Amino acid sequence: MNPKSPPMTGVGALPAMVPASRGKRSLQARRSRSAWLLVAPTLILLAGVAGWPLVRTVFYSFTDALLDAPHEYLFVGLANYLEFADGEAYGVLADPVWWRSVRNTLWFTFVSVSMELVLGMALALLMNQKFRGQGLVRTAILVPWAIPTIVTAKMFSWMFHDQYGTINDLLLRVGLIDAPLAWIAEPGLSMWAVVLADVWKTVPFMALMLLAALQMVPSDLYEAARVDGASAWQRFRRITLPLIMPAMIVALIFRTMDALRVFDLIYVLTSNSEATISISGYARNQMVAYQEMGVGSAASVLVFLMVAGVAAVFLRIGRFSEPREKQS
Amino acid sequence: MKQGARASGAKLTKRIKIMAQLTLDKLNKRYNDKAVVIKSLDLQVNSGEFVVFVGPSGCGKSTLLRMIAGLEDISGGSMYIDGTYVNDDTPSERGIGMVFQSYALYPHMTVYENIAFGLRMAKMPADEIARRVEDSARILQLEPLLQRRPKDLSGGQRQRVAIGRAIAREPKLFLFDEPLSNLDASLRVQMRMEIAALHRRLGSTIIYVTHDQVEAMTLAQRIVVLNQGNVEQVGTPLELYDQPANEFVAQFIGSPKMNLMPSTLIRAGNAESVVKLWNGKDLTVPIATPASAEGKKVKLGIRPEHIVWGEVSEAPYLADVLFVEHMGNETYHYLDNGKHGDPWVVRDASRSAIAVGETVGYRIPPEHCHLFAEDGKAYPRLVHSNGEARVGANQVQPVSFSNRVGATPIH
Repeated sequence: MNPKSPPMTGVGALPAMVPASRGKRSLQARRSRSAWLLVAPTLILLAGVAGWPLVRTVFYSFTDALLDAPHEYLFVGLANYLEFADGEAYGVLADPVWWRSVRNTLWFTFVSVSMELVLGMALALLMNQKFRGQGLVRTAILVPWAIPTIVTAKMFSWMFHDQYGTINDLLLRVGLIDAPLAWIAEPGLSMWAVVLADVWKTVPFMALMLLAALQMVPSDLYEAARVDGASAWQRFRRITLPLIMPAMIVALIFRTMDALRVFDLIYVLTSNSEATISISGYARNQMVAYQEMGVGSAASVLVFLMVAGVAAVFLRIGRFSEPREKQS
Repeated sequence: MKQGARASGAKLTKRIKIMAQLTLDKLNKRYNDKAVVIKSLDLQVNSGEFVVFVGPSGCGKSTLLRMIAGLEDISGGSMYIDGTYVNDDTPSERGIGMVFQSYALYPHMTVYENIAFGLRMAKMPADEIARRVEDSARILQLEPLLQRRPKDLSGGQRQRVAIGRAIAREPKLFLFDEPLSNLDASLRVQMRMEIAALHRRLGSTIIYVTHDQVEAMTLAQRIVVLNQGNVEQVGTPLELYDQPANEFVAQFIGSPKMNLMPSTLIRAGNAESVVKLWNGKDLTVPIATPASAEGKKVKLGIRPEHIVWGEVSEAPYLADVLFVEHMGNETYHYLDNGKHGDPWVVRDASRSAIAVGETVGYRIPPEHCHLFAEDGKAYPRLVHSNGEARVGANQVQPVSFSNRVGATPIH
């Protein structure tokens, strides 16, 4: 083959296919080189702030290090995760509090994300209608999202206060309850308090994500569907929903991952109550409160595996609905 | 149910006499009581007729079509389809099929599903749906594409799917909203012929909106010229061309536009009138004018193809040539007219040797002249060109759509 002849196919992008003479690289090869150069800073940064800490966490999860002396450690194998000694099981996976926190987190994630999806969809559909003051409403709805989580948590802890809280006051006035409820202290209620605060805070995000998707649906599709005799519900079910599905899945991934990692809201609202503790809260307790860096790291690794697993499932679902994409 | 009672009522009226398929009675469209888009519009469309609404953008033609479709509310007046009052009916209750300018195909459905969607919504049995989808796919040669999605189709194919979706519903009335404007020029000509052939084949009533007067001329049995929410004129294509009711229609129909020459009516008459042209010369034209108009300003209209060249030494009018455009099959010459608006255009049906800057002599044949009053109304021409009643591709006697074998209209 004449080395000067250009590569016949796009496979020329692979360095191995570049003519050995090294005279002039093919255009494809040069473009791929500059692409790597442009991506490199991001990759290096990610490796520094995400990759390295992750590697270190995994590393420490196999040690007995303590937080105040992280350099003195012994390898303990999988003991931080699970170990049997004298007929007793030890480690994170044997800790009932860990399993309690897993249940709490999954329940919190499922309930709050479902409520956010339903309410966010309703709000998005409303905001997608033409009305006076539309811009104002769209801006105003962002306020809960813009408030820092700590402030939200503090705000709700006052609203849920058993004696002075507005929520008890309101329910008493309406007559739904006849004695004040201990929203935060009562184990059966405190998770609902956390969910309500989270829903209030994150519905705007869901609503705006869905609104953006709704606005991408051409209005004449709805008109065509009206001509085709589809009812309002059928138009939503057959036209809107399939078309906004990709954006909806992205929004759900964001929200689910956020919810699985929840910590600050629960910590500020209900402090270390076992009724509401999340997996991140559990990891923090081991690491900071008990100074058990090894066990804390093991819990963190498990948190990571859970979040990554859920994300992978969502991406899989997203791939399945991929063919249902927008018209070019 | 009200729908059933109404449908049987409509059938009864149909048997008694053949109704106009669509009747618009003093139809109005207002936004906020101020912006009046459609002004008290009356129109009858006959069964099997191909009617084109044409007008410049913003004339209200699309709004009118959407009102007929039931996508826009009717602010005033009444609308009847097959003699049934339909003002308050939904689009599907009206039994219309619509083809949108953007095609509005459902991107997440295959061609088959797109065509079947309306039938599914009507809860039609599956074998009937399959039969109808296959029928319309065959008519439009969509059979190999049925399992594809809209994004994998070319513009012309999407257009055909949009038409197929309308056909499958076997509607009483087809509405086309500028269906060809997203296609390139050669495809547009091809689809134009396909739509004309489809109309011949189905014999259905079609209302077609376009801003392109060529489409209107080639497709319509009757053209409705709209301007600022008013009907300027209704007529066959050649009626509109030969007997424009006013200056607007005269200028809108025909390309290049009709030349309008400022003149004064100096002698009115029932058989012929004399005008003094912008250049001070008199011209006697076979057009009837009332005596009251004598001395008033008028405009003399003459189409570009009707101006005749003459020898410079003998011709009554002389002008300098500003531009020459060679189209190959015809040539347009733009003549300097001083400061009387756009230059006069002269169209030659052949190659022309006339060069820019040349002085030419020309003649205005009186029998081809139009005369417009100051308010734009045309004075009646006494010489009629032949073939005014002739219509284009859609000449064949229309067959009513509902006569097709096994057709059951969807409501």
